[in-house]
Amino acid sequence: MKKDNRESVLSVEHVYKNFKLPHEQVNSIKRFVTQGLKKQKKGFETQHALRDISLDVKKGEFFGIVGRNGSGKSTLLKILAGIYQPSKGAVKTTGKLVPFIELGVGFNPELTGRENVYLNGALLGFSRKEIDAQYDDIVAFAELERFMDQKLKNYSSGMQVRLAFSVATRAKADILLVDEVLAVGDADFQRKCYDYFKALKKTETTVVFVTHDMNAVREYCDRVILIEGGDITSSGKPNEVADDYLKLFNNSTQVEKNDSQKRWGGGEIKIIDVDIKTDTKKIIVDYVVEANVDVDEFVLGYNFMDNNDRVLMGGNTLNATNGGKKLSIKANQKMKLSFAFDNVLGSGNYSFNTTVRSGDGSTVFDKWDNVTTVKIAKAESYYPIIAPADMTVK
Amino acid sequence: MLKKLAEKYNYSLILLKELVITDFKLRYQGSLLGYVWSLLRPLALFVILYFVFVKFLRIGDSVPHFPVYLLLGIVLWNYFAEVTNGGVGAIVGRGDLIRKLNFPKYVIVLSGSFSALINLALNFIVVGVFMWINGVDVTWNILWAPLLVLELFVFALAVAFFLSAIFVRLRDVNYIWEVIMQGAFYATPIIYPLSAMSVDIAKILILNPAAQIIQDMRYVVITQDSQTISSLYGTPWMRLVPIAFVIFLAITSALYFRRRSNHFAEEV
Repeated sequence: MKKDNRESVLSVEHVYKNFKLPHEQVNSIKRFVTQGLKKQKKGFETQHALRDISLDVKKGEFFGIVGRNGSGKSTLLKILAGIYQPSKGAVKTTGKLVPFIELGVGFNPELTGRENVYLNGALLGFSRKEIDAQYDDIVAFAELERFMDQKLKNYSSGMQVRLAFSVATRAKADILLVDEVLAVGDADFQRKCYDYFKALKKTETTVVFVTHDMNAVREYCDRVILIEGGDITSSGKPNEVADDYLKLFNNSTQVEKNDSQKRWGGGEIKIIDVDIKTDTKKIIVDYVVEANVDVDEFVLGYNFMDNNDRVLMGGNTLNATNGGKKLSIKANQKMKLSFAFDNVLGSGNYSFNTTVRSGDGSTVFDKWDNVTTVKIAKAESYYPIIAPADMTVK
Repeated sequence: MLKKLAEKYNYSLILLKELVITDFKLRYQGSLLGYVWSLLRPLALFVILYFVFVKFLRIGDSVPHFPVYLLLGIVLWNYFAEVTNGGVGAIVGRGDLIRKLNFPKYVIVLSGSFSALINLALNFIVVGVFMWINGVDVTWNILWAPLLVLELFVFALAVAFFLSAIFVRLRDVNYIWEVIMQGAFYATPIIYPLSAMSVDIAKILILNPAAQIIQDMRYVVITQDSQTISSLYGTPWMRLVPIAFVIFLAITSALYFRRRSNHFAEEV
């Protein structure tokens, strides 16, 4: 790590967090008594949510925490916020720390919008006077001038989020803890959030940001840690850590058998086996087909569809680079076919479909939809499909 | 020094104020009579008890101003019941907040107790009106009343702190407390004058801080005919026993609550 002379405002020293999970929770007298007599036979299972976490956030830094679901990043955030106590280790903060674990904490549906602003503001540490002073700004920013004297329960969820966000952005904090609260809302709202982020960055507010959004990480963060299984497995520059994060999924490019597959056809030629191997560069599809009768001409094709059943990519025996001719097969003959092509698909899930038809395309021998789901995660790009363009620079 | 202290508790104060205001606003949401119910509820109970115990059973004949005497007892007991019953579920009821924000948890319990205190103040107005109607002679002794209210405030709050913290772990507590309060209502001289009991029993009953407070309050506000812990034991120093108990309870409850409060977020 580079030497950084800025003052450290948030330091975490060798923090451990264990959750004791009783196999059966003792929360009534009866269980307490009966289990007490059994001398706690069932006992506890200890879950190590965080192991020896140390980090140091400097003043003015935009610090990212990324990790998969269940990796321990939210536990860490709650420890930073003082909501949970660490089992071992210490957290030291300098200055006022305000957590946004969730927007609109303490909102009460039975109160009016106005009353909720004061209540939510109090939870963020604002006195009535302080809210009075900026009340008009809050309302204007939320664009809810006409609704402030209505009860919150009559607000749409979008209006509630806008109001909550409007109050939250007033918080005067030395350190802000931001969870993925900003994943909600429409495009217009998200733009506001990003504007707020940019403003935070400009004013050099210290921000600890927990997210799954690698684009936001690359754009805003100065330094990032990756948490996996309760450990910091990677830390440093946003681009590198974001790549490491995506690799967690990359290593698991998977092909899953699909339950909702559909298959029909005359059966003159049947696909006995199809095997798809993927990595980030190549996709290889191996077929074994078998014929019941002699077929002079047949065509085998395949495609990849996205979640909306749009065909994104495909090929067949005719347009393969070394193919082009229609194949023939004898009765009871087994034939192996292999297709290898560039993996141009972006990160996502795709269904794989394949068909064997007669040479003129009029008869379907074996049509097999949704054979498997192909999961692809690429670190390099978030484009659905990379178009390798011919570029000219003038 | 004072400024530092104010700074430290500034957040708690802001929060406390806002929670009390919210609680008060929400209390009678949607009801036609609204805050009037704060006064009507004890009055209604008073009317029932008055007819049953004063008119039909003729329990309070020996006590001057017994209707007011009865009303004052009910009002004080209601305060204690409101704080403690509300206290049981206070922390669990705010679980969503506790899981998402780090703030001084005692504020939740304290705010419930202040809301009840506002209610008590309103009820005292009703008591005052009845005292006037009933022709009660007010003496300088009434100046002791705020101290007694303070004792009741601390006592109820101490119980509420303990109950709210233990309820997080043991969810049977609300049922147990309900039963205890039902028994305690009859073990405390509220609807009957203490003089209706034999001296031996009265001597035991008066050791309950609630009983001591109610009887002392009746003595200083309404009539010096009220039996108090001093008159029963023959020494005013005996009063120190329930007071010491209240102080002991307040300290242990506060310590217990503080120790447990770090784990509320995980357990609630």
